[in-house]
Amino acid sequence: MIRTISCTVNSKPVSWQIDVRMSLSEVLRTNGFTSVKEGCGVGECGACAVLLDGIAVDSCLYLAIWADGCNIRTSEGESKGGTLSEVQQAYLDNGSVQCGFCTPGLVMSSTEFVEKHRGEKVTRDQIRKEHAGHICRCTGYESIIRAVEQCMKPYEKGK
Amino acid sequence: MVVGTSVQRVDGVAKVTGKARYTDDFTMPGMRVAKYLRSTIAHGRVSSIDTSQAKALPGVDGVFTFEDVPKRIYATAGHPYSLDPHHMDITDRYLLTDHVRYMGDEIAIVVAVSDLIATKALSLIDVEYEPYQPLVEAKDALAKDAVEIHKGTGNVVKAHSFVAGGDLDAVRKECDQLLEGQYKTQIVQHCHLENHTAYAYMDDLERIVIVSSTQIPHIARRIVAEALEIDTGLIRVIKPTIGGGFGNKQDVILEPMVAFLTKKLDGIPVRLKLDREEGMVGTRVRHPFDVKVQIGLDQEGTVKLIHFDALSNTGAYASHGHSIVSAGAAKTHYMYPRAVYSCTAKTIYSNIPAAGAMRAYGSPQMTFAIECAMEEAARTLGMDSAEFRLRNGARAGDKSQITKKPIMTCGLLDSIKKGKDLIGWDKKRALWPKEQTGEVRNGLGVAIFSYGSGTYPVCVEPASARLILNQDGSAHLQVGATEIGQGSDTAFAQMAAESLGFSFSKIHVVSCQDTDVTPFDTGSYASRQTYVTGQAVMRTAEQLKAKILHHASIISGLEATLITISGDNIVISESPEIVVMSVQDVAIDAYYNKERGGQITAEATYKARNNPHVFGCTFVDLSVDIPLCRVKINEIYNIHDSGIIINPLMAEGQVHGGMAMGIGAALFEELMVDPDSGKIYNNNLLDYKVPTIMDIPDLGAAFVEPNEPTHPYGSKSLGEPPIISPAPAIRNAILDATGVAINELPMSPKTIFKYFKNAGLI
Ligand code: FES
Repeated sequence: MIRTISCTVNSKPVSWQIDVRMSLSEVLRTNGFTSVKEGCGVGECGACAVLLDGIAVDSCLYLAIWADGCNIRTSEGESKGGTLSEVQQAYLDNGSVQCGFCTPGLVMSSTEFVEKHRGEKVTRDQIRKEHAGHICRCTGYESIIRAVEQCMKPYEKGK
Repeated sequence: MVVGTSVQRVDGVAKVTGKARYTDDFTMPGMRVAKYLRSTIAHGRVSSIDTSQAKALPGVDGVFTFEDVPKRIYATAGHPYSLDPHHMDITDRYLLTDHVRYMGDEIAIVVAVSDLIATKALSLIDVEYEPYQPLVEAKDALAKDAVEIHKGTGNVVKAHSFVAGGDLDAVRKECDQLLEGQYKTQIVQHCHLENHTAYAYMDDLERIVIVSSTQIPHIARRIVAEALEIDTGLIRVIKPTIGGGFGNKQDVILEPMVAFLTKKLDGIPVRLKLDREEGMVGTRVRHPFDVKVQIGLDQEGTVKLIHFDALSNTGAYASHGHSIVSAGAAKTHYMYPRAVYSCTAKTIYSNIPAAGAMRAYGSPQMTFAIECAMEEAARTLGMDSAEFRLRNGARAGDKSQITKKPIMTCGLLDSIKKGKDLIGWDKKRALWPKEQTGEVRNGLGVAIFSYGSGTYPVCVEPASARLILNQDGSAHLQVGATEIGQGSDTAFAQMAAESLGFSFSKIHVVSCQDTDVTPFDTGSYASRQTYVTGQAVMRTAEQLKAKILHHASIISGLEATLITISGDNIVISESPEIVVMSVQDVAIDAYYNKERGGQITAEATYKARNNPHVFGCTFVDLSVDIPLCRVKINEIYNIHDSGIIINPLMAEGQVHGGMAMGIGAALFEELMVDPDSGKIYNNNLLDYKVPTIMDIPDLGAAFVEPNEPTHPYGSKSLGEPPIISPAPAIRNAILDATGVAINELPMSPKTIFKYFKNAGLI
């Protein structure tokens, strides 16, 4: 069955004809948003995470049809005018990127975390809990935690 | 200085923005999907197969079975070709088989226009089997009447034995104490985040192009040529950005099949992509080992001999099985090189998924056994565990018993001292009670490791690089070596910039390998690239520099010997503040002056004939919750001697990643096999306990940096070693905390419960 969905992807309105059986990750990838990676296809690894109305979801487990009317953010859209987002920059500053396959998904969860906790003092434990849906086999997570800490620092001071 | 600084990785921006393209991010009009039909039994023969219904399904382009593939047996291990007939890889595979050797073996394949149709077609194939008893464990495979998994082998892939450094029996007699232990390691899976995937198409009627997530594009090209009996020059392998491999992509798994399929189907593009569940059984795993160790000691606590008897299970196909134990044994020898070192080892076939290369290639298994046994030795002697290793560990100037060559640089003892400081060893030892009684008990543990910087002299170590000067004064660097996430492209760019006198941003690395274009290199394995390929890069850079200076001298009339390159300019060697012209000026003249010059390029190839060893250790402080049989790591440090560090931030990342993988193997990970049926229970990322961010503690990494004289920047290997010593260090700390020696991996609550119960702790 084919249906049309309308949503906003990285601030641009789109309208897509989709097979209702398709996952959001499949639809995003088909339309060129290949930052959305598939590491398992069943919600175990988090490589396909995107922000859906501000909340990180595994887009492989989310039917595209459910995203009708939603605001979607992917890693491609986080850099603006040739400048990386603060989370993307923090990932580079802290060596949080190796093979990079987990990175776009993790960047979106870190973005959600940083936006949600702006101004708060957060613990490493909190950072861990709110990134627990992602597997990264390369970094051992230490540098990812450091990147998030770097993003949170200026806001802490401003408190 | 560019070398030694934490410049931003060259592929970093592409990766954080999601712009980096991996194999599955490329597509072609009309691309088809291929899917394997995998066996539902672990051992037996296909007695009949009927594909007629599948073939008749609309949208199916082809169905191929073992009957349709070339009758050509080939080896998949990603080693360089060997000129020595006694050192060839083991040929034991066909593209598809009717002889089923593990549950999931590949017996047929479907090509269709979509995933759904391919899946439907698979369900329409009728297969009947003649089942045999699955031979899962060594005792089954080696039983007298066991069916041969590969004809003529007796289910033994290879047996090795050697004694180095003296007469074993004589030394045994001299020892005051002989200690024995037996240690087992489990099946671990790589779990690189990007699954195996490849596609192929044809350029004309002969030439096949393969795009694959591989660590070894040049080797893959040769093996496809061998498997399909096609000239090497007609095969082109392209490696885009790759999402991790850890050794699992140092094996030629999908490439011969996609090449075969496109050839059969008149060159249409065909993609073969494994899903996670399929990949966890249908690619490679780490060899489980069962190792008996004997340690001989004198009264002073000097290790006089290390003897071990290892059994390695390679599963259904040899892959790297014939070389894992010997490589592990040879590389771990350097930990205690003054002892007589003796090894007997056997690698067997069985009906479990094929084991192959995985990060540190046999060394984690061997080191677990040796470092557990050394801990017993220290404790039997009443010696402090760190002190015992300081006494017996390798020092610079020690000679290898195997190669008889001296160890040039060795930071082992310094790394142990550094580790002791970082963890507060002496202080904690003094403060903590000798006997602990509560439910939660603390322990300190240490383990050491040694490893190599390549495969020489067992294998050839070739590397090549090419540099091309651009019109803007920047240069493109091509290497045959493969970036797989470890950061080698950045290290190469740093070395090239340093040698050329260019700023880092002026080096553009061609990150994707294409065997039609990039020069020859055997690829990413054995932690060889910074050490081996780095030397090809340095030589190429020196050549390019000489050519640039030669042209600058023609333009300026200055003797080439009087000028050099610094800060992207041609300067006077004696007074580098005097700028003669920019490198860009030289480039523009070379490209466009009507009367002189031409494109300035350089190319060098190099074979390493050294293999410096790297050393280091893990120190851990942990708590064991006795009733819950759970381990909590409070502090953990890895300290490495990898020579001079090229990029500190990236090096630290490599260490963290290896430590996390080591902790995973120590405490959680195990691919579980049903001993009766050979079925794998947990081939997914939920049931196979790959560590998440919640499972990994804060990680500490540190370096000691002796300057390795055989490398232009003093560097040695780093990629694999961080995984080696965490497991034995953790095990030794559990022993320290509880008095219970856990001699098998993983030390999950399930295993620990068994040991604690036996010890009467619960
Ligand atoms: S960087 Fe490779 S999986 Fe995270």
